[in-house]
Amino acid sequence: MPTDANAFQTALALILGMDPVLLGIVALSLQVSISAVLIASLLALPLGAALALWCFPGRGAVIVALNALMGLPPVVAGLTVYLLLSRAGPLGQFGLLFTPTAMVIAQVILILPIIAALTRQQIEELHGEYRDQLHSLGVSRPRMIPTLLWDARFSLLTVVLAGFGRASAEVGAVMIVGGNIDGVTRVMTTAIVLETSKGNLPLALGLGLVLLGLVLLVNAAAHLVGETARRRLG
Amino acid sequence: MNDMLRPATTAGITPQAFEGVSVSHRGQPLLQPLDLRLAGCRRTLVMGPNGAGKSLLLRLAHGLLAPSAGRVRWEGTTPRQAMVFQRPVLLRRSALENLTYALAVTGTPRGERRERAREALTRFGLAALEKRPARVLSGGEQQRLALARAWLTRPEVLFLDEPTSALDPAAIRAVECAVLDFHRRGTRIVMTTHDLNQARRLADEVVLLYGGRLIEHTPAERFFTDPQTAEGRAFLGGELVW
Repeated sequence: MPTDANAFQTALALILGMDPVLLGIVALSLQVSISAVLIASLLALPLGAALALWCFPGRGAVIVALNALMGLPPVVAGLTVYLLLSRAGPLGQFGLLFTPTAMVIAQVILILPIIAALTRQQIEELHGEYRDQLHSLGVSRPRMIPTLLWDARFSLLTVVLAGFGRASAEVGAVMIVGGNIDGVTRVMTTAIVLETSKGNLPLALGLGLVLLGLVLLVNAAAHLVGETARRRLG
Repeated sequence: MNDMLRPATTAGITPQAFEGVSVSHRGQPLLQPLDLRLAGCRRTLVMGPNGAGKSLLLRLAHGLLAPSAGRVRWEGTTPRQAMVFQRPVLLRRSALENLTYALAVTGTPRGERRERAREALTRFGLAALEKRPARVLSGGEQQRLALARAWLTRPEVLFLDEPTSALDPAAIRAVECAVLDFHRRGTRIVMTTHDLNQARRLADEVVLLYGGRLIEHTPAERFFTDPQTAEGRAFLGGELVW
């Protein structure tokens, strides 16, 4: 068993040496989380915008529910998807449990409320500013959705990146529905849990560093985009 | 382009009638019941001190606000309208894209949009700025872009809500010239201002509001030489502050 200092050095060696096991895990993690973010965004951006623009009975309740779901514990999302996809569950026939697809579904459920709720806030604010002008131009409400989404694009990019951060960092949901199967459903977070408990600290630490770097990179990108947009577009 | 240069037509713009229109907010009356009729291809300047209800009147006329009582109606087919606001609301896109957007909304075929938008930019002296994000333009340029956008929708009635109140003299001139251009093309102008000199330069007729009440609706010549009411005289004398 390596000491902690050794573990750190070995971890760096694994990263710099492009260790195939480590690379495979990182690649799968990215594949799952990016898929989840794309699907969730496709659904949640228009949904959030529509929620900002339409008044209907129960709208307040929907907004509260959505805001509450932003804090949905990953294990609960995982459990829900597990029950749906397990052999006895309503979607059991598709045999999706313990596949990357199941992990994507779980992450979509986890981050869709986040993206939708934050989008609603951004679009509502922008709509307040644009309302009279759009009305004056005769823009219909369905047409306002793409208009406002596009004009809020930079703040929404931050929203989407927040969703990505949540998806790539969570461990509970993908552990339950993915099963952490070596080479199939093992992603960075689940691998870290496993390797740590096995005492394989170099790999755990290496993955941890990659994950940390990734989160840092995403946040730096979000910050940069936001700043550039403010400077360029006013 | 050709129909932009069409000679002004003075007939045929649907008259607009305010019938016992009032606005109140949480029981507070903001606009007392008023009757008003705007017709022809006139330049109507709505005047009055701050808080008199000028903007409210304009928003009611343009349909951005529903009256609390009474009704605002067009005596015929609803005409094409546009509104220019005190602080121009521009999309977070380039100057050119702000114009092509308005054209897209009004159903202009995709192939014509850019060309027509460029013509409008040139007309309003903005040709060199077409790629610039609209919101980093100067105040005067932004207002001209808002006017260009209104121009493209070929309004029969143009509402302007204090369009020059935040601008420097050169930009004010540009806006006033544009307003006269619209009028020459056959557009009815309904504009609010608190600037007496501007009203003298632009008005055919004046609507004077004071404290949410309609005080006068008179031809400009009469208003400026011989106002019919005590409030009108006080306003001209600069004594009616609020």
